[in-house]
Amino acid sequence: MATEDLIEATVFCTYHQVEYSFIASLEEAGLVQLTFINQQYFIPNTQLLQLEKMIRLHQELDINLPGIEAIAHVLQRMEDLQQQNISLINKLRLYEQV
Amino acid sequence: MAYIDYYQVLGLKKGATEKDIKSAYRKQARKYHPDLNPNDKEANKKFQEINEANEVLSDAEKRKKYDQYGENWQHADAYEAQQKQSGGSRPSSGYSGGNTEGGYNYESFGGGGDFSDYFQSMFGNMGGGGGRQAKYRGQDFRSELHLNLLDVVESQKQTLTVNGKNIRITIPAGVENGQTIKITGHGGAGSNGGPAGDLLITFVIKDDVKFKRDGYNLHTTVNVDLYTAILGGELIAETLTGKVKVPVKPGTQNGAKVKLKGKGMPVYKKENEFGDLYLSYQIDIPTELTDKQKELFKELQQSSI
Repeated sequence: MATEDLIEATVFCTYHQVEYSFIASLEEAGLVQLTFINQQYFIPNTQLLQLEKMIRLHQELDINLPGIEAIAHVLQRMEDLQQQNISLINKLRLYEQV
Repeated sequence: MAYIDYYQVLGLKKGATEKDIKSAYRKQARKYHPDLNPNDKEANKKFQEINEANEVLSDAEKRKKYDQYGENWQHADAYEAQQKQSGGSRPSSGYSGGNTEGGYNYESFGGGGDFSDYFQSMFGNMGGGGGRQAKYRGQDFRSELHLNLLDVVESQKQTLTVNGKNIRITIPAGVENGQTIKITGHGGAGSNGGPAGDLLITFVIKDDVKFKRDGYNLHTTVNVDLYTAILGGELIAETLTGKVKVPVKPGTQNGAKVKLKGKGMPVYKKENEFGDLYLSYQIDIPTELTDKQKELFKELQQSSI
């Protein structure tokens, strides 16, 4: 059976000094996915980096939820384009060598 | 160590109000924040400068000292000593660099780096005065790892030394040239309880002499002797995982390609999935023929006319 590392949402909120409502709003916006087990919300380990980044944007730059949504979307596009760029550069190298 | 015009860094004039400073800092920080500019060293450097400027200008005591000495910062200590001797009223606490409660750790600051020498000279290593407890994430460390193509055929563990610390990392099979992986929490330490930064490792994969990579597919050239190319047969081809026997069709043309399914690179983070290996045939034309062979070729030539 596959296992998944989970962090209790309340523990995460205490550590990062954020209200649970903020995380709930991020989930509502589809920016993070929480897991509900035994009447408690948990954050999967795989979501941590993304969630912490959004908290930094909120706390350090005072960016509200719609702003975070827009940024997350643009950053994802940027990452995809960077990946595409790397693969095109590698492909170009292949033809330059021939 | 050059004088830094913190007002200019934030795009402000000297008489700027607290509100102006806050607003200018926020505007600039939004533009250059490391989370919004991943892998951009210039933006990170700029963010560090903005933080430094804000650190000074948003703290009334530090700003006062900066405004007072500013360009003449080199003489600040001498001037203060003289003031003390002559019974000056300026309080002696503050910028001595002592370990004051709630001080900052300037070494790890929001994805940027150290504060400037100018800042440390002016305000010491521990800011003092303000008593704010801002939490900052430690800086991200970046590193390059040079590998051969064969090094990424299988996942392997390697120990790296980053800032004197040994870190054991797994290099995933199939990683691409230029690809960056993030090792969370192995960057610079955070300040005031802030989280540590990340370690970003970019893989630089050297070109292989034999195999050319195109994503997960590989290309290589194999020589086929003329007789096998004409009559068909088989040859032994090298793959990443060893040699394989490949049938050659009769009448194979020079430059013809065959695909060996699943003999390419492993697909990144997908177990038991592989790209393909493409063999390009290069037909070897014999150059030193015996008289007998020449005769046979002539016979062949005439029979085919």
